[in-house]
Amino acid sequence: MSTSTGPAAGASAPVDTRPSAGQRFSAWFGRNAIKIYAFFAFVYLLLPVAYTFAFSFNDAGRTNLVWQGFTLENWLNPCGAPEVCGSVVNSIVVAAVVTAMATLLGTLIAFALVRHRFRGRATTNLLIFLPMATPEVVLGSSLLALFLNILIPLGFWTVVIAHIMFCISFVVVTVKARLASLDPRLEQAAMDLYATEWQAFRRITLPLVAPGIAAAALLAFSLSFDDFIITNFNSGQFTTFPKFVYVSATRGIPPQANVIATAMFIIALAIVLISQFAGKRKREA
Amino acid sequence: MAKKTDITKAEGDLYLENLTKSFGDFTAVDDLSLQVPQGSFFALLGPSGCGKTTTLRMVSGLEDPTAGRIRIGDADITHEKPYKRPVNTVFQNYALFPHMTIWDNVAFGLKRRGIKDVKKQVDDALELIQLTQVAQRKPTQLSGGQQQRVALARAIVNRPAVLLLDEPLGALDLKLRRQMQLELKRIQTEVGLTFIHVTHDQEEAMTMADTVAVMNNGIIEQMGAPTQLYESPDTAFVANFLGQSNLFPATVVEVDGEDLVLEDPDGSFRMPKSRMGRNVSTDRGARVLVGVRPEKINIAALDAAAAGPADGNFVDGVVEATSFLGVSTQYEVRTPGGEIINVFAQNLDSQDLLPVASQVRLTWKPIHGFVLDGRQDIEAGVEIDPDALVVS
Repeated sequence: MSTSTGPAAGASAPVDTRPSAGQRFSAWFGRNAIKIYAFFAFVYLLLPVAYTFAFSFNDAGRTNLVWQGFTLENWLNPCGAPEVCGSVVNSIVVAAVVTAMATLLGTLIAFALVRHRFRGRATTNLLIFLPMATPEVVLGSSLLALFLNILIPLGFWTVVIAHIMFCISFVVVTVKARLASLDPRLEQAAMDLYATEWQAFRRITLPLVAPGIAAAALLAFSLSFDDFIITNFNSGQFTTFPKFVYVSATRGIPPQANVIATAMFIIALAIVLISQFAGKRKREA
Repeated sequence: MAKKTDITKAEGDLYLENLTKSFGDFTAVDDLSLQVPQGSFFALLGPSGCGKTTTLRMVSGLEDPTAGRIRIGDADITHEKPYKRPVNTVFQNYALFPHMTIWDNVAFGLKRRGIKDVKKQVDDALELIQLTQVAQRKPTQLSGGQQQRVALARAIVNRPAVLLLDEPLGALDLKLRRQMQLELKRIQTEVGLTFIHVTHDQEEAMTMADTVAVMNNGIIEQMGAPTQLYESPDTAFVANFLGQSNLFPATVVEVDGEDLVLEDPDGSFRMPKSRMGRNVSTDRGARVLVGVRPEKINIAALDAAAAGPADGNFVDGVVEATSFLGVSTQYEVRTPGGEIINVFAQNLDSQDLLPVASQVRLTWKPIHGFVLDGRQDIEAGVEIDPDALVVS
């Protein structure tokens, strides 16, 4: 460490050669500024989650806005409030169907766009971006108008159709990125080595693109599970979890909503940690 | 498939018959015919874009010919799927499967064909390329040279009737490339498979191949043993692409027995008729190109050389530039007729170095020169610097 300019007399006065308190603080701050900044950034990001987590233990009664005391009742009985679990199940079913369909269709579109040259390819590329660029209110209201005009009753299926529509774009973009980095000569090499088209796809292409498809599926699931605006326009009497939370906000959100939200957060965190850990294990092997 | 012969087990010489491949208006390969004897090391040599890789891809089945036939022995494989042909490829960038271990990469072909005894064959192949110790690693953990050898083992392990190598050494540095050339030749001799090697590197082709076919603009300019191509080129392209040549235009004066009497601005001289390339006209007044390799020309100071009678053909000139290359010295000599002639003189005695502006006499034996058709581009194949093309 550097020493500040002390008296030239030398070792006779060691106290004087030590840096002043102000200098020591600024040196310490210089070393740790990035950590301090990171700390506050994480506080900013995680405070709402921590709040949600804490208030899932609130002995709330009718409304969960003020801290009333600690209880495990909400966690032991997450379906205690009316409609909570029904809406969560609805959301999960919708998200599962949407994920399956959007991932399948989006992956196929991505393959077509990356591997084939056809008329309208550039246009398709552009159209794929539109749902991501368009405000959700516009998408939601337009879809509502469409469904009403062609007389499709609002409910589970209209929500599913709406979600697939905007999830496809994200799947296409994610899978495309992965696929574009895949050397087509690998498939040619596989076919040169006696693999049929299907075997080359299953043993070479699919394993190499799988991480991209998995990421796309997770993205589609969370987008669908999370979506409120488009859902609200097109769901009719059908209730998803975000819609339930929004509707109940007018008369007080039950603490069970916090329990569900916290549980979702923990599950998502666990998935990330497990996949990171598995990836690390695989690389080291 | 209805045929009784199993195409995957076909063997024999490889025949390309009138093979043509067009992409729209562009003809990449034009009516190409050749025969590659079983067990030989064959090189397809040419600049990039000459159609050599397209030819290779048609043999492997990754490209469908526009016209013509491909046969191995009696089996017609022209339109067979790639995975039905007894042909394997070593790709230019190796194309190793990144998610599989080296062992699994090498085993891939055997497993697809449902071969028994995979383990022993893969182990043997890894031993052949001396990479047994890295069998359980992934391709990215290997050096370029090691990856190259794995790509080779992955193809060879299947014992194909024909092994195709697409610029296999292109990505390696010079020293490693020289080393791998010898290694490839050793492996080819050891396993006795037919190798077809595509390259733009004339030195690589000449070092390894039994037979070299020089390709240009979708056709084969000339085919033969490396020494034959070098000593007796048929076309200006071959003369310039393989090594260096002095080419200068001349006209036919007459045919005198076994000799051709020619004339150019620097005088008249004789060349044996046996040294004529393709399509040379011996009519009086016909235009020809005379070629001499720079190392076949003897250079001497004029006063010393003029003492005795010239041995064979000679021309006098002035040294315009010299460059000392260590093993040899390169001279650029301008003749009175305005030709620039390159001469490589071996440095037997460095005291003999001739300074710029010396008057010199160049002599060469007629049998060392060659005569080409004069109606072709004298510069064909000359501007192509093989190493400048590696990047593309």
